Amino acid sequence: MSNHITPAVNDQAFYLTEEHHVENGTMLGFWIYLMSDCLIFACLFAMFGVLGGNYAAGPGPKDLFDLDLVAVNTTMLLLSSITYGFAMLEMARNRKGATLAWLAITGCFGLAFVGIELTEFHHMIAEGAGPQRSAFLSSFFTLVGTHGLHVSFGILWLITLMVQLTQRGFTVEMRRRLNCLSLFWHFLDLIWIGVFTFVYLMGVLR
Amino acid sequence: MSAASDTHHDDHDHAVDHRIVHGHDDHGEGMPHVTFKGYMTGFILSVILTAIPFWLVMGRVLPSAKVTIFIVLAFAVVQMLVHMVYFLHLDTRSEGGWNMLALIFTLVLVVITLSGSLWVMYHMNVNMMPMTAQDMRNMP
Amino acid sequence: MHDQTPLMHTLFGRLTWDAVPLHEPILLWTFVVVALVGGSLLAAITYHGKWGYLWREWFTSVDHKKIGIMYIVLAVVMLLRGFADALMMRLQQAMAFGDSMGYLPPHHYDQIFTAHGVIMIFFVAMPLVVGLMNVVVPLQIGARDVAFPFLNNFSFWMTVAGAVLVMMSLFVGEFARTGWLAYPPLSGPAYSPDVGVDYYIWSLQIAGVGTLLSGVNFIVTIVKMRAPGMTLMKMPVFTWTALCTNVLIVAAFPVLTAVLALLSMDRYVGTNFFSNDFGGNAMMYVNLIWIWGHPEVYILILPVFGVFSEVVSTFCGKRLFGYTSMVYATVVITILSYLVWLHHFFTMGSGASVNSFFGITTMIISIPTGAKMFNWLFTMYRGRIRFEVPMLWTMGFMFTFVIGGMTGVLLAVPPADFVLHNSLFLIAHFHNVIIGGVLFGAFAAINFWFPKAMGFRLEPFWGKVSFWFWLSGFWFAFTPLYILGLMGVTRRLSHFDDPSLQIWFQIAAFGAFLVLLGILAFLMQLFVSFRNRDQLRDTTGDPWNGRTLEWSTSSPAPAYNFAFTPVVHDQDAWADMKQRGYTRPTQGYLPIHMPKNTPAGIVLAGFAMTCGFALIWQIWWLAIAAFVSMVASAIIHTFNRDRDFYIQPDEVAQVEAERTRLLAQAQG
Repeated sequence: MSNHITPAVNDQAFYLTEEHHVENGTMLGFWIYLMSDCLIFACLFAMFGVLGGNYAAGPGPKDLFDLDLVAVNTTMLLLSSITYGFAMLEMARNRKGATLAWLAITGCFGLAFVGIELTEFHHMIAEGAGPQRSAFLSSFFTLVGTHGLHVSFGILWLITLMVQLTQRGFTVEMRRRLNCLSLFWHFLDLIWIGVFTFVYLMGVLR
Repeated sequence: MSAASDTHHDDHDHAVDHRIVHGHDDHGEGMPHVTFKGYMTGFILSVILTAIPFWLVMGRVLPSAKVTIFIVLAFAVVQMLVHMVYFLHLDTRSEGGWNMLALIFTLVLVVITLSGSLWVMYHMNVNMMPMTAQDMRNMP
Repeated sequence: MHDQTPLMHTLFGRLTWDAVPLHEPILLWTFVVVALVGGSLLAAITYHGKWGYLWREWFTSVDHKKIGIMYIVLAVVMLLRGFADALMMRLQQAMAFGDSMGYLPPHHYDQIFTAHGVIMIFFVAMPLVVGLMNVVVPLQIGARDVAFPFLNNFSFWMTVAGAVLVMMSLFVGEFARTGWLAYPPLSGPAYSPDVGVDYYIWSLQIAGVGTLLSGVNFIVTIVKMRAPGMTLMKMPVFTWTALCTNVLIVAAFPVLTAVLALLSMDRYVGTNFFSNDFGGNAMMYVNLIWIWGHPEVYILILPVFGVFSEVVSTFCGKRLFGYTSMVYATVVITILSYLVWLHHFFTMGSGASVNSFFGITTMIISIPTGAKMFNWLFTMYRGRIRFEVPMLWTMGFMFTFVIGGMTGVLLAVPPADFVLHNSLFLIAHFHNVIIGGVLFGAFAAINFWFPKAMGFRLEPFWGKVSFWFWLSGFWFAFTPLYILGLMGVTRRLSHFDDPSLQIWFQIAAFGAFLVLLGILAFLMQLFVSFRNRDQLRDTTGDPWNGRTLEWSTSSPAPAYNFAFTPVVHDQDAWADMKQRGYTRPTQGYLPIHMPKNTPAGIVLAGFAMTCGFALIWQIWWLAIAAFVSMVASAIIHTFNRDRDFYIQPDEVAQVEAERTRLLAQAQG
């Protein structure tokens, strides 16, 4: 059983004579937050799973979903994932300008994603298939909308970090923040896999 | 479990930095090592794993919807794993295994929440929805 | 409300003068009393010029010890409110028989039982538990603070913001009339169009954010910041239970957030999640909220199991019996608590297979809990028991909780539950475990750790008075409810027809009166102890001959907790150090890195509260403004780099020299 006793400490010591080095917990804490967020999505998925077939004599997935649009949207999110990855690679090489550029591209893909989603929502509401129409649509709008809201906050956070990166450069803290956002961004990607599979593809099949 | 804290103890050369308890201390702690190859592998795999399900559904490739659903779900699970490994850089060593532990715990709870809710509500629907006397006799 | 002009409606939403209950004498008098007490308190603070001190040293503090104390103060204040509700209910039910309708109209009575439940769980029990963890955990693991000190402060103020919203509903508008979990469709827009449920939703959402963040905070603290040598299996039991509780918080509270958000969608947007029409399903709300609700009761009870473990081993002067089994029992309870939620709605109409599954898992949970009970008993066996106040509460707990647990197992049998569901038997059961468990545990903990937090012991005489009144009052109040429940009397009724039942309700009201005396005795205990604080001063830092690290530092602990981080070799680290002849170091101090105080937490929580208030009354411009301000100030806070400072060695030397002097005084 090893532990974090520094070399200066002998087996019987009562206390450390130097300052105790504590590992930074931000990344772990953020990961735990993401896990809790994951459970929020689990509830929304459960809601969709239970209510997703209750059309209340209204339109169903086959009438509403435009898979071409969903495919384009998924592409946007996937591309934004890899461009965020490129930003992280540039950060590893300490190239600030390139990192900022890739982050900006990521933000643009994110905006495109949110824009397409809003267009989709707008069309559905205009057709009379708003969230009030049936329990199926309530749970659809809430699940997909919550994901979209997360992406929007991700973009806001991205902009904040770009400003801070411009000001401060690659401090340890800055790297950690960019890493946290990276987790957040890829996590949303992960949720989106669930959304397009469970909601869109399976919805059209059912 | 004590591995929780013995990883990533960088060289103690810059001892001054080590006094800093909160906020910002030495670099690299808890941060993943990233490579171009890793990201590209993940990206290409996820493109493939996304494209196939879309193609299966949009092109109506398989005659049975049930089979298609199973395949699509299987692809989703694999793609999630790909994302975890290549994009979220998850492995059993990061943060001394606590990340992985938290993930497994969360997945267990997600499964409990999803399957439990579906099971419970399905059962209620079967038992409580308006039904004929005939159905009543064949209740589960 | 009807003759409101469009301009007024834009400016104030649903808020009009009608919302202030000037026509209800009970509320009016409550308001007068609250205004007088609150006003004189504020005046006293102003007169003594203490605002600056409070702001600098407490409100903006990121010190876990101070935040913990503030949590407990919040809990005690809210306990008075929640208990006032309880007293009113007991009085009403003792009076309202036959022709007498009692003194509370149903409209008011329904708000009272809802507020009682919400306040007692969210704003008494939760702050007590979180406050105790704040005071104790970092000290027990030999850390300087928690992992994210600013978040800790923010979490506290979010909890306060939620509590303030609940209190506001007393005088501006009304609270929910739905019961403490606000089941739809009753809580939906069709049957609760007023602001009551909105107060409920937003106070819980705002407080919930605070709870979730403090959960994350403590997990990381316990995982990352333990003193060298403290492996997981050398962690004090309280820290173990705190870890498991925080895991439960992080895993359960998102579900509450989600389900309340869905309910608010139904109310604000007009979605059909829990409605009766358009495919909605109200039982899905019940299902989801209990996925949170059942772990929640373990969130409350696990930490006090830890408290009892510490108290028993300290006051029996022995190592805890079965440490390993205690840890495993805690972990098993943590996981099992996710597999039992359906026992709260056996009567929903699922089939036999669902009900038997959840009935059996529920019964299984009693096994690890029973193992804990035996561990405490075996620790006491052949121990030299000191009957100090914390130990009294612990023994009261063991006696009371076992009976509450047994009635719980009884309710876990689905056929029995079909009979007892929604009856006063259930009410008696959960009060039996929550009062007998959580509250007794909190009082044990307050008496036990008070000297560590405040620097002086609590006066034992009034503590004993308080204990005996609580214990006897509890049994007088709830035994009748068990009996009534077995007779089939259901809960939440404000009037009864059968006069033969009245005597039981009168006995219960007498019990509630005894509990009132118990609470007054506790307040008296605080007052007397504060007055005699010089005689009760704890100069040693170790008033009970403690066993864990928090007793190795001074009382109250210095801002930096430990001048030198202790090294742990044994489960009961401080007992081990004393046994091996520990001598306190008096030189060689180093600069200590500490986080700086910040007003960001209180500002953010203030915006959150304003936003909640605006959403309740549908004052849209204010809601948007408050939300934007909140996000903006959060972003601005991330730009702040001036977050830490060093306590210099000479300052540490000064504090430690004072401790040396006090220790010498204690020995001489």
